[in-house]
Amino acid sequence: MTAQQKPLDEGEYNFAYLDEQTKRMIRRAILKGIAVPGYQVPFASREMPMPYGWGTGGVQVTASILGADDCLKVIDQGSDDTTNAVAIRGFFEKTAGVETTFETSKASIIQTRHRIPEKDLREDQIIVFQVPIPEPLRFLEPRETETRKMHALEEYGLMHVKLYEDIAKNGHIATTYAYPVLVNNRYVMDPSPTPKFDNPKIDKMAALQLYGAGREKRIYAIPPYTEVKSLDFEDYPFEVQKFDKPCGLCGAENVYLDEVILDDKGGRMFVCSDSDYCEERREAGHLGPMAADPNAMTLAGGTSDQHSEEPAR
Amino acid sequence: MTALNQTSGQNQTSAPLAAGFADPVQDAQRGFRTIMNAMARPGSLQALATGGLKPPAPLTPVVAAIALTLFDYDTPVWLDVPFARSEAVKTFLRFHTGAPIVSEPVEAGFALIADPAHLSSLGKFHQGTLEYPDRSATVILTGQTLSNEGPVHLSGPGIETETAFSTGPVSLAFWDQVKANNAQFPRGVDLIFAGSAEIAALPRSTMITVREA
Ligand SMILES: [Zn+2]
Repeated sequence: MTAQQKPLDEGEYNFAYLDEQTKRMIRRAILKGIAVPGYQVPFASREMPMPYGWGTGGVQVTASILGADDCLKVIDQGSDDTTNAVAIRGFFEKTAGVETTFETSKASIIQTRHRIPEKDLREDQIIVFQVPIPEPLRFLEPRETETRKMHALEEYGLMHVKLYEDIAKNGHIATTYAYPVLVNNRYVMDPSPTPKFDNPKIDKMAALQLYGAGREKRIYAIPPYTEVKSLDFEDYPFEVQKFDKPCGLCGAENVYLDEVILDDKGGRMFVCSDSDYCEERREAGHLGPMAADPNAMTLAGGTSDQHSEEPAR
Repeated sequence: MTALNQTSGQNQTSAPLAAGFADPVQDAQRGFRTIMNAMARPGSLQALATGGLKPPAPLTPVVAAIALTLFDYDTPVWLDVPFARSEAVKTFLRFHTGAPIVSEPVEAGFALIADPAHLSSLGKFHQGTLEYPDRSATVILTGQTLSNEGPVHLSGPGIETETAFSTGPVSLAFWDQVKANNAQFPRGVDLIFAGSAEIAALPRSTMITVREA
């Protein structure tokens, strides 16, 4: 026991739930992760009041960095109003009393499960990723002692072979999620479960990136402006998914789109996965080809209504 | 916390034990974010709030704030001679952090250096291993005058292009030691420079070029 420790009574939370001892341990792991970009730092992951699939690693990282002055945004599949995002945002509203937002530009910390916002992040922002499987070599080698050796000795040949096989079989690199990257020309890292569409965003990003895997007890980081290269081959260069049409609602091009079912007659459209980005564009007057469709309008209106329910704080 | 401010009977010196953070949760959080920003942006100067700390010399408020933010009973701490000579410093650190104070540099998770000009080597601290580079020490140099001008140029993760940096006092061999430290990446120590109101950090990933004016 130290003088800094505050006991956590039943029904009484420490700020951001975690006790100070745990936060210090996680904070030290974060500093090591920053000092060795892409290296997975082991940490003593704690039980959180939510199941493991719900991003307990990201939640512990956010809880350890979060301060009373922060403004938090939580996204899942690009959206702020999915169950997972709502639960995590509510958790921090309750345990830390911090301000939360749907707006990317207003947030000082963004916790995410899949997507990286379409809008460029700034130097004064931090993005926290919830990671299910942090080890990019795990599918090649199930033993932790062996993958650790491979990272230590930069033995990444097998990884390249696997990617090349993927090309031989499919004619392109089929891995569209968790597409492995080389960080600072040293560590192969899994940006999972982010779609590879977002890989270019993590290269030389102005914001600090922190990754937390709760079940696997790993924390890793990419400092601002760090070189992050998606693995590829001279004859098969890395390419992101291309969408052949713009967002149905806001007309945005070169963004990540989700398919949305409009009616039971097979009507469908593609819309921005980043709901805040889409809404901001529509508010600015951008209209997509489906914006006049009554079913699509309902969808757009619904999204707007949910957003406006968020109390202005 | 106020009650803890009273002189304890075990205190070997007769001076009262200086208080810790006024608000342990928020002060530590603010301290950490400053340290994290410094580590994520090597060479940048970051103002560190000290939460009203008045630690015994040669500890300074900035160094004490770093200690109270990062140290606990899981982090063995090594002190250089001027720090180790002060019972008040050791009592302060033990009481407020619970950190064990070790006599062998290689056993330390953190090293506190009161007299950086006489720090003979960075190699005596734990450098981490290739498999566990996170096990290396963090070395905290105190009494530094920091600047973003000068002959040392930094590049690498956390730096967009290049950052000019100078700090002192440090030993004559210091920058060569920092270069050697970076050369063994991912092994190597991480450095925190503590000024009177601000800090800067150089993780092992930072590349160093010294240019004569
Ligand atoms: Zn859109």
